[in-house]
Amino acid sequence: MTNYVVRRLLIAIPSLLGISLILFTVLALAPGDPFEELATNPAIPPDVRAALRASLGLDDPVWTRYFSWLTAMLRGDWGYSFVSRVNVDQLILARLPTTLAIIGASQILALAIALPVGVMAATRPYSIFDQVANTLAFIGFSLPTFFTGLLLILLFSITLDWLPFVYRADLSSTGWTWLWEQVRQSIMPVAVLGLFQGAAWTRFVRSAVLDVIRLDHVTTARAKGLPEGSVTLRHIVRNALIPVVTLVALQMPTVFGGAIVTEQIFRIPGIGSLLISAILANDTPVIMAVTFVFAILVVFFNLLADVIYGWLDPRISYS
Amino acid sequence: MNEDDLRQMIGRVQRGSLSRRGFVKRMAAVGLTAPMATQLLAIAGAAPAAAQTASAYPAQRGGGALKVLYWQGATLLNPHFAVGTKDQDGSRAFYEPLAGWAQDGTLEPILAAEIPSRENGGLAEDGRSVTWKLKRGVKWHDGQDFTADDAVFNWEYAKDPATASVTTGSYRDVNVVKVDDHTVRVEFQRPTPFWADAFVGSRGMIVPKHLFKDYTGAKSRDAPTNLRPVGTSAYKFADFQPGDMLRGEANRNYHMPNRPFFDTLEVKGGGDAVSAARAVMQTGEFDYAWNMQVEDEILKRLEANGRGKVNVLPGGGIEFIQLQTRDPWTEVEGERAHMSTTHPTLSDPAVRQALSLLCDRNALEQFIYGRGGPATANFLNNPPRFRSENMKFEFSIAKANEILDAAGYVRARDGVRAKDGKRLKFVFQTSINTPRQRTQAVIKQAAQRAGIEIEVKAVTASVFFSSDVANPDTYTKFWSDIQMYTTTMPQADPQLFMNQYVSWEMSTKANSWQGRNIVRWKNDEYDAAYRAAEGELDPVKRAALFIKMNDLIVGSNHVIPLVGRPTVSASLNTLKHKLSAWDLTLGFLHEWYRTA
Repeated sequence: MTNYVVRRLLIAIPSLLGISLILFTVLALAPGDPFEELATNPAIPPDVRAALRASLGLDDPVWTRYFSWLTAMLRGDWGYSFVSRVNVDQLILARLPTTLAIIGASQILALAIALPVGVMAATRPYSIFDQVANTLAFIGFSLPTFFTGLLLILLFSITLDWLPFVYRADLSSTGWTWLWEQVRQSIMPVAVLGLFQGAAWTRFVRSAVLDVIRLDHVTTARAKGLPEGSVTLRHIVRNALIPVVTLVALQMPTVFGGAIVTEQIFRIPGIGSLLISAILANDTPVIMAVTFVFAILVVFFNLLADVIYGWLDPRISYS
Repeated sequence: MNEDDLRQMIGRVQRGSLSRRGFVKRMAAVGLTAPMATQLLAIAGAAPAAAQTASAYPAQRGGGALKVLYWQGATLLNPHFAVGTKDQDGSRAFYEPLAGWAQDGTLEPILAAEIPSRENGGLAEDGRSVTWKLKRGVKWHDGQDFTADDAVFNWEYAKDPATASVTTGSYRDVNVVKVDDHTVRVEFQRPTPFWADAFVGSRGMIVPKHLFKDYTGAKSRDAPTNLRPVGTSAYKFADFQPGDMLRGEANRNYHMPNRPFFDTLEVKGGGDAVSAARAVMQTGEFDYAWNMQVEDEILKRLEANGRGKVNVLPGGGIEFIQLQTRDPWTEVEGERAHMSTTHPTLSDPAVRQALSLLCDRNALEQFIYGRGGPATANFLNNPPRFRSENMKFEFSIAKANEILDAAGYVRARDGVRAKDGKRLKFVFQTSINTPRQRTQAVIKQAAQRAGIEIEVKAVTASVFFSSDVANPDTYTKFWSDIQMYTTTMPQADPQLFMNQYVSWEMSTKANSWQGRNIVRWKNDEYDAAYRAAEGELDPVKRAALFIKMNDLIVGSNHVIPLVGRPTVSASLNTLKHKLSAWDLTLGFLHEWYRTA
């Protein structure tokens, strides 16, 4: 087992290097620089703009830039944003709590919907409940989040005027008022993301449970006269959850990566909105850092999923 | 009416033998608008300095929270590093310049005790220096005194190339001398009629010497005050999250009496323009939303709610078309549109005139831009004292056809005109932006009816406006026949704005296409007028020179002005703000208040 993990970690190093190289080259090939806005401003002489470019090293060849980035990164120096001139790690850390809270809550909501609904639907296949759950799940994951987001804003903020649609990371109130305001402003983004994810997972849980429910050991358990509840929970769900756990583990990187579209719609200052504004401003160090951290998380959670898989299902061994 | 008559009349107003109203009336008789006439009086020194309208500023303070929404949040708070207006505005919330530009194009003192003029001895007779008297008793937010040393330090800081500041263009060619603790003198290398650049407006914000003196040059990025500003403004810094939220609280020791009105200031960033408009005019979550690049239709619908209003401030920004002077399709010495070539067909004035007649500016205003784009015949539109009355625009397909017929361009079988084998077929490029693509379509259709074929091309904005030397599609290279974009005019003086057509600013390979004359138009008369304006100390003569330059470039039809681009914002009806298209959105934040 240890052997396997070590081997996987060693394999991860070249793949991460490859990822960083590709990311950097693509960003370097993309045209434009962070000083687009200076271009049409006659008060900024063009040579000032050129000097700014040079001071950030944008005129150096791509490979020199890549290696200086890589060596700095290995030393733990993530560089600084071209646009805000703030250290990148500082920028990311400032936005991580918001993203963790919102996306984390939405994933919990998704699980809280998907597990009971999926299991219930599978234990009574083709019943009215199953049909309704299925239809809703299809609608849920067919509607893109930017659409449901706007729909909710239109309904709850503009027509009914119940909820604010501009998210504020630093609410000035304290205690219960703070909690209340936090809940009020989080409901819509969490619901948008959670329902979308929950719908997809419901379908998955349902089919996983359906696969297990027909197996012999379930029939045996029923034949032993066990109550239906205990059959479902201990003999069906436990086995059916193995693929679901993997799926959830693979979904974890997004909890850190944020949700670009939803964060933009609700003005949530998370990692996703940091990434999109960095991309729009051609802010290479920030894009590199966010995407690279994301790549590391994907590799790590993939490994974690494999390890959990082996632990949940003793038939799989990594020796 | 010539310049002498004008001057005599202004003299009569000054002596008191002609009333101001009489002057304005006579000006109107010769076609000068009332605002322009008043401005003439103002720049000629015949208007009382206190001719400002009395402000209804309330006596009480404690106005609660002021919430401002930017769909792009400020990313840094050092005015010398501020790349975009959002960053300049973020910095302006805490730092102040010596003076700001009011909407009428005049200067208003902020950290200066008075605006320098010939009368008060601030402006040197030879135009080689300007002496600023600083307001006394101004304190930084940390309690230290604001003095002339701070101003001198900002000059040293910004002009140092190692600092890599954005403001360096305003400071590197001047010399700043401390006269005494509350007086600084800015010295110029040559007579300079436009003296209000350093220490004024968006690039004039002053940072404290005592907090920045250890962080100059290459160390400038490490200054902790880059993110925690200590300024002199009406609001003290409270908290900042780059790209997201900026908070401030009232500065109770502010140097202007009874200000500020609000207890706290919040500037939230992110999202998009349409929902920002909604958050103000529909739900009222915010008091003010910046830069409403939203279709006028939507804004009008939101205004109908009766909660908020749209503010349109005419400035110098202009959406215009350039017609290539050189040949973009032939390479000479590895350079397309080389200065030694001329455009095969656009070099013919008849073709350019026809194209100008084919731009339906009224339709652009009416159906595309609305209040955000009034049709105009001039390249230089504001302040009104620089606006030419000689240029007219017209939309007429019939006339365009007539002109092309007379010039010998004959329609071929496919309907496209040609002369001597040269077909009237043009590539028309611009950046990707819905109103621009619609404008392209409108012009393409009209051109088709006059036998001109236009191939439209749209380039991503980040490419089109980049300074990337390797990319062929940048607007400074202009490797096509026709292109369209907006150029802005950040100061109420046209000197920097009008250098876009002087011959020594050509955008060529030799200067990595950094020259400002992108259309590569060369005209000796224009060059001479510009040189004269650079050193002309008489404001009336200088204004006349700029009007002449506008008439020359627009008259050549190498540049076709389409619509002005005023600054558009949204605010709650209860918010009373003071805005200026010549300064930052938050440039007069200390004057903002709310009525019940």
